[in-house]
Amino acid sequence: MSEAASDRCSRRNFLTLTASSAAAPLVARTLGGEGAAAQTAAPADVRDPVSTVLNINGRDHRLALDVRTTLLDALRDHAGLTGAKKGCDHGQCGACTVLADGHRVLSCLTLAVSLRGRPVTTIEGLAAVAGELHPMQQAFIDHDAFQCGYCTPGQIMSAVACVREGHAENDADIREYMSGNLCRCAAYPNIVAAVKQAKTIMKTASAG
Amino acid sequence: MRPFIYQAVSSPSEAVAAFATLGDARNPAAGAVRRSDAIQSPVQYLAGGTTLIDLMKLDVMRPERIVDINALQGSLGSIEAGPDGLRLGAMVRMAEAAEHPIVRRDYPVIAQSLQLAASQQLRNMAALGGNVLQRTRCPYFRDTSYAECNKRNPGSGCAAVAGYNRSHAVLGASDQCIATYPGDFAQALIALDAGVDVAGPDGRRSVPFAALHREPGTSPEVETQLAPGEMITSFFVPAAPWWRRSVYVKVRDRQSYEFALASAAVALDLAEDDAASDGQGRGGAIIRDLRIALGGVATVPWRARAAEDVLRGKPLDESTVRTAAEAAFAGARPSRHNAFKVALGQRTLVRALHEAAAMEIRT
Repeated sequence: MSEAASDRCSRRNFLTLTASSAAAPLVARTLGGEGAAAQTAAPADVRDPVSTVLNINGRDHRLALDVRTTLLDALRDHAGLTGAKKGCDHGQCGACTVLADGHRVLSCLTLAVSLRGRPVTTIEGLAAVAGELHPMQQAFIDHDAFQCGYCTPGQIMSAVACVREGHAENDADIREYMSGNLCRCAAYPNIVAAVKQAKTIMKTASAG
Repeated sequence: MRPFIYQAVSSPSEAVAAFATLGDARNPAAGAVRRSDAIQSPVQYLAGGTTLIDLMKLDVMRPERIVDINALQGSLGSIEAGPDGLRLGAMVRMAEAAEHPIVRRDYPVIAQSLQLAASQQLRNMAALGGNVLQRTRCPYFRDTSYAECNKRNPGSGCAAVAGYNRSHAVLGASDQCIATYPGDFAQALIALDAGVDVAGPDGRRSVPFAALHREPGTSPEVETQLAPGEMITSFFVPAAPWWRRSVYVKVRDRQSYEFALASAAVALDLAEDDAASDGQGRGGAIIRDLRIALGGVATVPWRARAAEDVLRGKPLDESTVRTAAEAAFAGARPSRHNAFKVALGQRTLVRALHEAAAMEIRT
């Protein structure tokens, strides 16, 4: 599915549009009343959105963000990229793992405004443009490395970084360096197997 | 999360200036802010954010202004190893220091303490300066639905004293607070006699790292001797050949990605480094000098001087090591659920001492 098509007809967008049209009269009343006056008279409020450019998966997104917005919320609620998941929202589960400047980080503990131009890669940016899956994505399928799938985008982003860092040389290393990604379904043995398979393919690919 | 003013700065002096602006605006007398410690300040520096953003989401920390210092990576982000020692910039990320080849070879306790902390994601984010200022994991501190917390709400009492206190401190605790210092790297810095460089509104200064943290006593809300607006700029470990014989042992509820129940950082200066005296390897070696720091069991990164005194000048054997471990916990004050930490802490230290003695040091 092309990105544009998915933007138009996703379940999330459908729900969002439905909700916002229901709330529209209320919004209009607010804007027409005191809101309009406040816009010109009041000094800049700390809650006013800040225009922020995020480079996500090779594309610049100009977003108007409250400075409190985490990278995770910016990705999911503002850029429409819902691959990174919100598990604990406190840096304990790893479901929100993305790459910033090639390093895996927790997007739930990163303020979007603090990224300052560092490129971000999410699960949506991992596959080749032609639609062929990344070797790590394919390996997770091949080894049945998930059940419910909620932690999977974070697991895969973390695993890709784990291999690139050189921390996937044996099972013990993989377990240690993947320990920041919790899987409530306990698919751990299959995740280790998937990382091993993808490591071999990724190494061959980068050598050739 | 409460609203805050966000400001990014590009140099330490700019950061300190950004701090001073708001401090003065809020407190014309400026004294009110100065007298408390940095952690109470309405202005907070943002580096990795792994503690600050978490605690802001929990409404435990409520800064009015955030000064983002991540652009200081260039000036404060280097690792310099030379004949005088090791300098670690405050903006070096944990993962980078943990994997630095010279740190691993010459200062192994530092590499190990970082490696055994957190997850790779967090180690990629968290800066060393922020790491040592990481705040306690005491569940009563982190949960604002408990009114009683002398750290969060000075004078309100301590819910942990009569609550569930399995993870709490047995050393350095007071009636006002038994919250454990949660970090690992800090113990390594104490074991290697590190100093810390600080920049602030009143200029720059250096202090021994072991003097940075303050025991809770009657004011648990004061955690360090950093004044509001002061920031750590670097750590310095003076060179000593015996830092190579140093280890970090960490015992926890799960094998990885967990805070310490007990940990020990040990550095040993053995009189016989080839350790062939008893034909078995270790046993006969005399300890010329040593450093011991304990984690997971104390309210602050804890230097175990009494244990060091037991071992200095003595042979390292089963009996001296055990006596030292007992001395380390002689002043322990266990609470209802954490008495196990006395025995666990002693055994952790015994293991760390044996592991350090058994290290093969290649020169």
